[in-house]
Amino acid sequence: MDHKISRRGFLKGSLAAVGAAGAAALPLPSVARGEAQGELATLIDIRKCIGCEACVEACKEVNEHKFPRPKKPFPTMYPSRVKVSDWSDKQDVTDRLTPYNWLFIQEATVKVKGEEETLTFPRRCMHCQNPPCADLCPWGAARKLKNGITRIDSDICLGGSKCRAVCPWHIPQRQTGVGLYLDLLPSLAGNGVRYKCDRGYDRIEKGALPACIDVCPEKVQKIGPRAQIVREAHEIAKQINGYIYGEKENGGTNTIYVSPVPFEELNRAVEKGPGKPGLDPVKNSMAHADNLAKAMVIAPVAGVAAAVGKFYKTMKGISGEEAGK
Amino acid sequence: MRRTETRGKTKDGRALPWLWGILLGVMAFSGFGQLPIFKRYYISDIPGLAWSADFYLTHRIHYVGAIVLLALAGYVAFDYLLGNRRHVRLTGSGFVRLCLLAGIVITGVFRVLKNLPDVVFSPGFTLVVDISHLGFMMAYLFAALAFLIMGRGWVEQKSF
Repeated sequence: MDHKISRRGFLKGSLAAVGAAGAAALPLPSVARGEAQGELATLIDIRKCIGCEACVEACKEVNEHKFPRPKKPFPTMYPSRVKVSDWSDKQDVTDRLTPYNWLFIQEATVKVKGEEETLTFPRRCMHCQNPPCADLCPWGAARKLKNGITRIDSDICLGGSKCRAVCPWHIPQRQTGVGLYLDLLPSLAGNGVRYKCDRGYDRIEKGALPACIDVCPEKVQKIGPRAQIVREAHEIAKQINGYIYGEKENGGTNTIYVSPVPFEELNRAVEKGPGKPGLDPVKNSMAHADNLAKAMVIAPVAGVAAAVGKFYKTMKGISGEEAGK
Repeated sequence: MRRTETRGKTKDGRALPWLWGILLGVMAFSGFGQLPIFKRYYISDIPGLAWSADFYLTHRIHYVGAIVLLALAGYVAFDYLLGNRRHVRLTGSGFVRLCLLAGIVITGVFRVLKNLPDVVFSPGFTLVVDISHLGFMMAYLFAALAFLIMGRGWVEQKSF
């Protein structure tokens, strides 16, 4: 973690933030921004990847200072069904996602133009346009940034399993014995911190490329405004008679893969499991929220109409009684 | 201790407290279901409650509850303004609950906005909204429990 905050510091910070928000009086217009104003997406051209893992190594190197440094022994967890998740002795694992490995190379042996071929491609967080991990995080630890990055704030995350459960690819990985929960109720609530790709948000802030893109010798990945990246992905797909993944998955993501073989085939061929996401077609997880939000606009109007109707009926009854006298 | 009026004699006056109680229960349960605790603390192991560990389902229930709450708020507010204010007045405990409820609704509206695909709030604002929504709900539950024990209702009859 970059730095630690104590329980007192956290509460002070939260109260200060509440006060600032109150003093700012409706800060919404200055903090809310639409996707048209600057979401960045990455294009991953599967044909170019040679599986050298330069991106994996670079990711580990530049993000090393963000990796967990757990305190041991871990607090005893209650109830006993709560399992410790410790990757601190397995930091060298690179064949799956872990709290110390936010990007890995996935392999799929498939037939390309009749020839059997092993395709390799980087896998990490897809950075959804409407990320359920950020939407449904009850604590505000997972957030989507204006530039399309979804990141988990390791100073605030309590390590619950929700973000991983609601993510269609089950990306965030937990390390026990680190984070804010140690200062709150370590045995009863929380279980560490969840980690995942933050697409080099700190490097992007400084105008640099994410390390995985910067070091790739084959220029497999490219980053740019989403509309431009999607357009380019379609151009490549058209040229090679290929396929696209990530444009519409989960309502749209900011990671667009282009492949010479259908993603159904790749999905069948890749090894799937914990820390090893598949390539299934994914429906928009948050579609229900969009639809029900529209009903929320109508609901108070319906309530008001019912009250006015009742009032009208009452008044009509009173005038009827008076006329009958 | 003077017991304040909680129920009217009209049909909706009798139904509203029941509807409000049920709605509050549903909102509290589905709201707490947004925290990853139901599975950890065996709630979802209770026969018939396995669904409570499904975050998407409890989220959907919470949204539907919010729709009913907003409709109810619109109805009660205008029913009071159009007629009931001549007969009843808000008690002190009612005012406290109303303020806390307003806090829940306002932060809830921001949470709903946050979940829309084309709306992004700053990290600080997101944190404030998320924590204050939970905080207002906890405060409301404690206040409602305390006022229930004290026998304080939302409104009392005006004396003429």
